[in-house]
Amino acid sequence: MSAVTKKHGNRRAEKPGRDSACPSKLDADVESRFEIVAREDFSELTYLLEVAHPMMARAARPGQFVIVIAHEHGERIPLTIADFDRERGTITLVIQAAGKTTREMQRDCQVGSTLFGMVGPLGEPSQLGDAKKVVCVGGGLGVAPIFPQARAFKENGAYVIGVVGFRSKELVFWEDKFRSVCDEFIICSDDGSVGIKGLVTDGIELAAENHSDIDEVIAIGPPIMMKAATETTRPHNIKTMVSLNPIMVDGTGMCGGCRVLVGGETKFACVDGPDFDGHKVDFVDLMNRLKRFNEDEKLALERWSEGTGQASAAKPAPPPPVEQVERAPRAMDGDMGVHYGTLRSAWDNQDT
Amino acid sequence: MAKKTIRTIPQDRTPIPVQEPADRVANFAEVALGYLEEQALNECERCLLCPEPACVKGCPVGIDIPGFIERMLAGDFREAYATLSDDNLLPAICGRVCPQEDQCEGVCPVGDTLEPVAIGRIERWLGDMAIAEGWTAQPYLEPNGFRVGIIGSGPAGMAAAADLAKAGCEVTVYEALHSPGGVLRYGIPEFRLPNEVIDAELANITKLGVKIECNTLVGRLFTIEQMVEEMGFDAVFIGTGAGSPKFMGIPGESLNGVLSANELLTRCNLMGAGDFPNNDTPLHLGKQVAIIGAGNTAMDAMRVALRLGADKVHCVYRRTEAESPARLEEIHHAQEEGIEFHWLTTPVEILDDGAGNVRAMRCLRMELGEPDDSGRRRPIAIDGSEYEFEADMVVYAIGTNPNPIIGQTSKLKLNQWGYVETDDDLATSMAGVYAGGDIVTGAATVILAMGAGRKAARGIKAYLGIRDSNVAYLPAGEDRGDSLFGIDAGERNFTRVRLA
Ligand SMILES: Cc1cc2nc3c(=O)[nH]c(=O)nc-3n(C[C@H](O)[C@H](O)[C@H](O)COP(=O)(O)OP(=O)(O)OC[C@H]3O[C@@H](n4cnc5c(N)ncnc54)[C@H](O)[C@@H]3O)c2cc1C
Ligand SMILES: Cc1cc2nc3c(=O)[nH]c(=O)nc-3n(C[C@H](O)[C@H](O)[C@H](O)COP(=O)(O)OP(=O)(O)OC[C@H]3O[C@@H](n4cnc5c(N)ncnc54)[C@H](O)[C@@H]3O)c2cc1C
Ligand code: FES
Repeated sequence: MSAVTKKHGNRRAEKPGRDSACPSKLDADVESRFEIVAREDFSELTYLLEVAHPMMARAARPGQFVIVIAHEHGERIPLTIADFDRERGTITLVIQAAGKTTREMQRDCQVGSTLFGMVGPLGEPSQLGDAKKVVCVGGGLGVAPIFPQARAFKENGAYVIGVVGFRSKELVFWEDKFRSVCDEFIICSDDGSVGIKGLVTDGIELAAENHSDIDEVIAIGPPIMMKAATETTRPHNIKTMVSLNPIMVDGTGMCGGCRVLVGGETKFACVDGPDFDGHKVDFVDLMNRLKRFNEDEKLALERWSEGTGQASAAKPAPPPPVEQVERAPRAMDGDMGVHYGTLRSAWDNQDT
Repeated sequence: MAKKTIRTIPQDRTPIPVQEPADRVANFAEVALGYLEEQALNECERCLLCPEPACVKGCPVGIDIPGFIERMLAGDFREAYATLSDDNLLPAICGRVCPQEDQCEGVCPVGDTLEPVAIGRIERWLGDMAIAEGWTAQPYLEPNGFRVGIIGSGPAGMAAAADLAKAGCEVTVYEALHSPGGVLRYGIPEFRLPNEVIDAELANITKLGVKIECNTLVGRLFTIEQMVEEMGFDAVFIGTGAGSPKFMGIPGESLNGVLSANELLTRCNLMGAGDFPNNDTPLHLGKQVAIIGAGNTAMDAMRVALRLGADKVHCVYRRTEAESPARLEEIHHAQEEGIEFHWLTTPVEILDDGAGNVRAMRCLRMELGEPDDSGRRRPIAIDGSEYEFEADMVVYAIGTNPNPIIGQTSKLKLNQWGYVETDDDLATSMAGVYAGGDIVTGAATVILAMGAGRKAARGIKAYLGIRDSNVAYLPAGEDRGDSLFGIDAGERNFTRVRLA
């Protein structure tokens, strides 16, 4: 639970401690652990975590994200706020097991366990504007993050067309949730086992054919998918917002690691974004920058898979999920730096 | 005691023991090891105890330098520390990181003939002694019921928090990162400022009852307006620093291998990337690392890169050593460690290896022209001097912009560069909201940030109607020998108390 929600008791009334040998560690970290209150596994690679943070649940807006640190040796990874529940005081993250950290979290983040750190909501909330008719597109892991946007547009009185892509029927999740906030809902699958057979761009085309008055398309997914979505809408001249996912560290505008090129200008995605006008985004640049740590990521995953590199000795570890570990190379998408996995095969042949 | 003269004092500045360059480039332990007691006292002997001390004027916070040196010479270290900490809440830190040559030591009259008194080293020794001896016992503070929120846990926030807590306010510090300390933590590496020193100074503050809440980005989790209107804070201090790194805007800047010094330092100092993959954060250090800039940030980035195992680290700066803004000691240490300096050089393009990574830079040689606004001679490019500079990692340390988040999320008045606008008392355009440190002045120094935090604390006390003093109650009858930061336990303090 967030320490900020704790009562501000008056600690000065306590008897002053006279021993004051210098402590080597502060306990601030311990106080601010964040509890996982629910979990759901959508597939072997995709899981949902609901984390208690009443204050963040109140503050979160669609389009924002958090930075999570799993344990005391962990890295800071950005994850979109896929949902928030102000009554329950929780925020929901939907995570794709891509590399070491997200796999380790898949193994360790059980109900009742805690995250070492979580800060947010980060980034500028999405601009809802006065769009009357919108298409909300989610591909792969972008499916979950597009949901709060679709819901917000619906609440704002817009006509919402949802377009989501999955590889096949078994991987579909949140269909009911989407249907409850979408006026039209198009599922695209690679193999045609559910909805229309094709990519989300086919879904966008379909929506554009049926509606000539679309004000805005919002696309979230792997960069290659967002790029394709912007190419699809460009000839139709439809404003297209995308949510960029560069590599981040602090998420507070302090390091510049998350810089992206938008309309020829350098922007920091964590404070200026993550939403940008997709027609202005340099996706080639983004995709190159996502490759930045590929070698290290591979090394980390290999070491972890071998069971030698488990830095978090503190946790009693259940046996590693052998099956998933073996599948690692397929899900890594190393060459593209695209980590959302599910759509990957379908996008393999696309021109980058 | 006969009056000391320049002839009677020890002539040579007492050298500070350091780790040998060959050893230290392979570790992150402190470079300057600190004086022993006799060395500190020997250096104290060099102080002429001037009746009108220039050093006090040279100090941004006006520490009574001859005062604490005199007490040290009398053997009363506890009193000496009380004198020092009257003006400086973070002596062990400032003794290590202040640019003394531009401040107290730069104006020390001993320096006219000999080398100036090593005030910083003495200060550090006394600060370390206080930590080791635990001269930090908590006085009993009479709560006045006022609640103050502090945004940012850098030196400005720490100083404001300490002073306000001592005045009896209930203080909460909010920090965006998962670990407090600001630049002290994520920027300045351990070989210059060990984490234990920061932890000790932070512990002094938490002992005053200050609560530090990490993982809390103010503006996003809640706004300043909410702090005042909904969360019950009677006043707020903003000390969010200036940490948004600048880039040059030259071609090739988004290649992999180009990063800011802040990113490099954060990955290493805050996230432990030096121990990847035991820690999860990678750095992917280059072999030939070029750091652009020659300030403290540049020096730190270079020396971190060296310690992590870069083959060669280069400093590329468009002016000369004389104009370099880094602390003198750091430049010397960097030179000793084998960093190669390329003065009067500037990159104009970063070149691709064909796979999206840095291969080299195209650089121009410069010469110095007329002085510019900063009083330093302006570097001018020499025509036709372009050449290729081999490097597989390029790190920018060319300054910072203000962090935009507070501006994005509040109605606070900012100046044209995006820094928070304040009046002379550091009050902002919002009632009860004060600001200080780098977010007001732009990137400056630890001691200035600390001084600003204390000044804002005075402003806040005045705003709340609390008497401006550092006096705190001690419960009757208890041993009051231990006072904190020079608190005078004997004086009575009448303070305004918030009615429930
Ligand atoms: C704003 C934003 C929102 C995101 N939302 C989600 C989400 O809702 N669900 C989800 O599953 N993933 C999301 N991601 C991506 C997620 O952060 C990465 O998948 C995760 O960091 C991978 O870590 P890893 O160690 O498991 O894999 P690694 O093997 O380290 O990396 C796999 C790939 O992820 C990318 N990546 C690695 N480190 C980072 C980092 N620190 N920041 C960003 N990307 C990185 C790289 O391109 C890499 O090729 C988001 C990223 C951003 C920037
Ligand atoms: C690498 C480096 C080396 C340096 N070396 C020296 C030196 O040797 N000597 C010297 O005197 N000076 C040095 N400086 C400068 C000095 O560190 C700074 O001037 C000083 O730290 C400024 O203090 P501050 O309290 O204003 O801000 P900072 O130290 O920047 O602290 C600000 C804190 O606020 C937090 N924050 C920001 N926004 C928010 C928000 N919205 N909500 C919550 N928290 C927030 C940040 O995370 C940060 O922790 C150096 C700076 C750097 C970067
Ligand atoms: S993640 Fe560091 S500036 Fe955006």
